[in-house]
Amino acid sequence: MIPAEFDYYRPKDMAGVLSLLEEHGDDARVMAGGHSLIPMMKLRMADVPHLIDLQDVGGLSDIEVGPDAIKIGALVTQADIIDHAGLTNVAPILREAALQIADPQVRYMGTVGGNVANGDPGNDMPGLMQCLDAAFTVVGADGERTIPAREFYEAAYMTAREDDEVLTGVTIPLPKGGYAYEKQKRKIGDYATAAAAVQITKDGGSCVSASIAMTNLSDTPIYSEAAGAALVGTSLDDAALSAAVAAMLGDIDPTEDNRGPVAFKNHVAGVILRRAIERAWSRA
Amino acid sequence: MKDDITREERVDNLKGMGCSRKRVEDARFTQGKGNYVDDVKLDGMLFGDFVRSPYAHARITNIDTAAALEVPGVLAVLTAADLEPLGLHWMPTLAGDKQMVLADGKVLFQGQEVAFVVAEDRYAAADGIELVEVEYEELPVVVNPFEALKSDVVLREDLVAEDGSIPDGAHGPRKHHNHIFTWDAGDKEPTEEVIANADVVAEETMYYHRTHPCPLETCGCVASMDKVNGKLTLWGTFQAPHAIRTIVSLISGLEEHNIRVISPDIGGGFGNKVGAYPGYVCSVVASIVTGKPVKWIEDRMDNLMTTAFARDYHMTGKISATKEGKITGLHCHVTADHGGFDACADPTKFPAGFMNICTGSYDIPTAYLEVDGVYTNKAPGGVSYRCSFRVTEAVYFIERMIEVLAIKLNMDAAELRRINFIKKEQFPYTAALGWEYDSGDYHTAWDKALKTVDYDGLRAEQAQRVEDFKAGKTRKLMGIGLSFFTEIVGAGPVKNCDILGLGMFDSCEIRIHPTGSAIARLGTISQGQGHATTFAQILASEIGLPADSITIEEGDTDTAPYGLGTYGSRSTPVAGAATAMAGRKIRAKAQMIAAYLLEVHDNDVEFDVDRFVVKGAPEKFKTMKEIAFAAYNQAIPGIEPGLEAVSYYDPPNMTYPFGAYVCVMDIDVDTGVPEIRRFYALDDCGTRINPMIIEGQVHGGLTEALAVALGQEIAYDDMGNCKTGTLMDFFLPTAWEVPNYETDFTVTPSPHHPIGAKGVGESPHVGGVPCFSNAVQDAFRPFGNTHTNMPHDHWRIWKTANELGLHG
Ligand SMILES: Cc1cc2nc3c(=O)[nH]c(=O)nc-3n(C[C@H](O)[C@H](O)[C@H](O)COP(=O)(O)OP(=O)(O)OC[C@H]3O[C@@H](n4cnc5c(N)ncnc54)[C@H](O)[C@@H]3O)c2cc1C
Repeated sequence: MIPAEFDYYRPKDMAGVLSLLEEHGDDARVMAGGHSLIPMMKLRMADVPHLIDLQDVGGLSDIEVGPDAIKIGALVTQADIIDHAGLTNVAPILREAALQIADPQVRYMGTVGGNVANGDPGNDMPGLMQCLDAAFTVVGADGERTIPAREFYEAAYMTAREDDEVLTGVTIPLPKGGYAYEKQKRKIGDYATAAAAVQITKDGGSCVSASIAMTNLSDTPIYSEAAGAALVGTSLDDAALSAAVAAMLGDIDPTEDNRGPVAFKNHVAGVILRRAIERAWSRA
Repeated sequence: MKDDITREERVDNLKGMGCSRKRVEDARFTQGKGNYVDDVKLDGMLFGDFVRSPYAHARITNIDTAAALEVPGVLAVLTAADLEPLGLHWMPTLAGDKQMVLADGKVLFQGQEVAFVVAEDRYAAADGIELVEVEYEELPVVVNPFEALKSDVVLREDLVAEDGSIPDGAHGPRKHHNHIFTWDAGDKEPTEEVIANADVVAEETMYYHRTHPCPLETCGCVASMDKVNGKLTLWGTFQAPHAIRTIVSLISGLEEHNIRVISPDIGGGFGNKVGAYPGYVCSVVASIVTGKPVKWIEDRMDNLMTTAFARDYHMTGKISATKEGKITGLHCHVTADHGGFDACADPTKFPAGFMNICTGSYDIPTAYLEVDGVYTNKAPGGVSYRCSFRVTEAVYFIERMIEVLAIKLNMDAAELRRINFIKKEQFPYTAALGWEYDSGDYHTAWDKALKTVDYDGLRAEQAQRVEDFKAGKTRKLMGIGLSFFTEIVGAGPVKNCDILGLGMFDSCEIRIHPTGSAIARLGTISQGQGHATTFAQILASEIGLPADSITIEEGDTDTAPYGLGTYGSRSTPVAGAATAMAGRKIRAKAQMIAAYLLEVHDNDVEFDVDRFVVKGAPEKFKTMKEIAFAAYNQAIPGIEPGLEAVSYYDPPNMTYPFGAYVCVMDIDVDTGVPEIRRFYALDDCGTRINPMIIEGQVHGGLTEALAVALGQEIAYDDMGNCKTGTLMDFFLPTAWEVPNYETDFTVTPSPHHPIGAKGVGESPHVGGVPCFSNAVQDAFRPFGNTHTNMPHDHWRIWKTANELGLHG
């Protein structure tokens, strides 16, 4: 549980970060809260000869609630999300999800940027961001670009971000309607057996839009467009729910681990999604 | 002379037995001022750490240490070849087997110690480990004990004779090269006959899975060899410091007086810290070789994967009864998976511990138990995780068999227990498997428990729930878990209990200081149990000095009297008895001093709370404080100066705490998530020394029971890879997962213990595991479930529901 030797840097601005990344290439990694990266280094599963701490880079810790969109800086912690009343007013799903991540100690350190950049299928925020159709802003030597969350994840620990790019923030269109983040886990501090993020709008008794994303049921988060589509135009009767679950099951691809075999995970994914949809609908 | 305080106030001032005295240890623990082994820092201290095997079974063809030795700060890399000339490449285990200290040509489990890297700091040691090149030749892996007994694969070539025959082991004949022992108790043929001719027989096969005690502080030590005076000091997380001293002396050849073993504060043991581990031996050798102190501390993965697992019992039972439910016979066979070496921590004559307490709290006339120990490619251990030598396995077995029998008889399981309990008037009761239960009043405890939880009301609610479930109104089932357990603790009488030939007595030595305060030293060692608090309370009541004026010291073999340490709930039954007896010796001498001072005959004074008074003249007295001073400043004819005593207590019998537990659980059949709605625990541990500490022990034991029943396991894949080496997968409950516990008690003092106390630290674990498990199983009983194996984690509960067709 002792990492290999590494050099530690704490640049004061993004230019400093980018030049270190350029200088050391693959041998350098940025660190935000460190609560995914440091365990990997201690297990010697990540070899990071040059560790660049982002904590002193200014301008990455703000939460801005605008008229159409929310901007969350990369270094905003999960605890900050939970504590921000203005954010909870407009996007309560963020708080509901953040409260189901790890435990308070981890949430004081873990950041939104680290959680979405990490690329671990167990992280909760990637699926959440896909459900909310967020976009990630990254900056590199060639300047800034924006990548939709739904196009960001390629495989476990593989994302559309280049190694020399830094994620600076997340932009989320103001969510509408009812929401739910439903997660089954074995204990506090555990990653999901299955989790579902759902955002639904309705008009009268009929579903107008539905966005659904699942966590830890494939090697990436799964935005299930088909599952959402199965609800639109329905009154969310049992047939519609079953159709949404069936569509979602067609999109996920869970693997067996200590949480259980594939059949169990599929079943639980269905149950969790159903509950999330029902809760979101009741709040829509 | 007159007193201005009442007798009651004098009693209160002592804070003796029965008082919920605050724990004196907590001031330092809650302020981060504890002194644990990793806090021991010595000048020039080095660090050692292990290269461990990635394979569960492999031959080692070469170890190249050259690159590791190049790492700045790495001073030495020890391998079996270095230890062999000293005869230390293997060491004896507590179970009469031997274990490799460092891999001697092969490895038998994943994580096995292969080489010991000694460096100036931990970082250099970790870097050195990466560079030790070990060449392995993989061998077929055997992880299932039933397959092991059929397999051609020989795990322990050292235990097969040159002609291929299988020599006897420490516990008699061995049937196969992977077989360790067969141990039995009771009457085989009569039991088989009773069962063959019974009205009703219930049979069940159950696996009590492998788990791990997982104390918050892992194992570790600091060895410091002083080459000038030839003395070795060894600090470590030892639950039995004196036994460790003797073992170190026996295997190292150092004279025992030149070895000082110190157990500083210990952050939980639960059996994990009873055994002797390769880390201790390697640290000692490294210190001798380098002439510097050497520290070794396990990390969490080392701890979970290599030191001392618990359980891993495959149990098959048959229980017979009359149509009315009176039990007539019990048969139990165990296939015990001991891993690569037999390193169980049991009294020598009991290779399966006290598994033969498996007739439980019931009057079962005929019984037979047979246990086969087996080698597999898993880590060694087999310790008593918060229990007394396999009692958890025994109690789980019988408390499941009772439920299975109740199903067969279509009877209420609470009633079945009631009609089979050993009756109060039957104590002392000799059980069919040999133990003499000292005391008990099971019916009173059971009735109190069932009444408190409104058992009949719960059953009615459960029946309604089943109706609602069948009608599609709910997806949650309700389970009522029952358990009535009898523990067997306080090992134990020297006539049948020893470890490596060391009798399992314990000791206390008391010195009263002239001003009326005292220090008492014991052969035990607290790991969180609060000995410094409770043993002072025993003494306060025995010698009439306030508990606050009595220091309790344990764990330093240079100062403490010899004892066998703390595990198996033995501290109160054995060392607690020694404390009371030593206190009584003090009191006997004090009586003579008092009589002298009061100028009366010895028999004319009597002890009263904190003083001796002249019989019939209570105004004439001498307080213990005054007597203590007199012991040091008066020349009393015929009496030596000073006031000290020592007692070595060999208990006449074990003690038998018992209890009645009820758990109410709701189970979501779709997700497999259980929710504990209520947990009621009635414990009878005899005389209650400190009710607050008892309650704390019950909470802790129940929490570890919940862990084991609902998810905590050490699991291996077919290749012998440990799948649960971190706390992400190894379930350690937090406050979040733990329900509110309701505690209760009855008091049935032990008739043979000087203060009637029986021990309590392990009861809640022993009784709790079957209670949680029974709750899960009971929820599914109306749908045809008889038994499912623990741990009842979400997916296994879901699987039960699925197999019973509850998912539509
Ligand atoms: C016990 C425990 C339980 C946990 N449980 C959960 C859980 O239930 N759900 C969950 O979602 N998470 C969980 N986590 C993870 C936690 O939320 C992490 O903090 C989070 O995944 C990563 O955030 P971080 O700020 O700590 O990132 P770090 O560990 O610092 O970084 C993680 C990765 O992201 C990269 N990175 C970080 N910031 C940036 C950036 N701005 N730009 C580009 N790359 C970046 C790093 O280089 C690294 O590869 C748990 C962690 C622990 C220790």
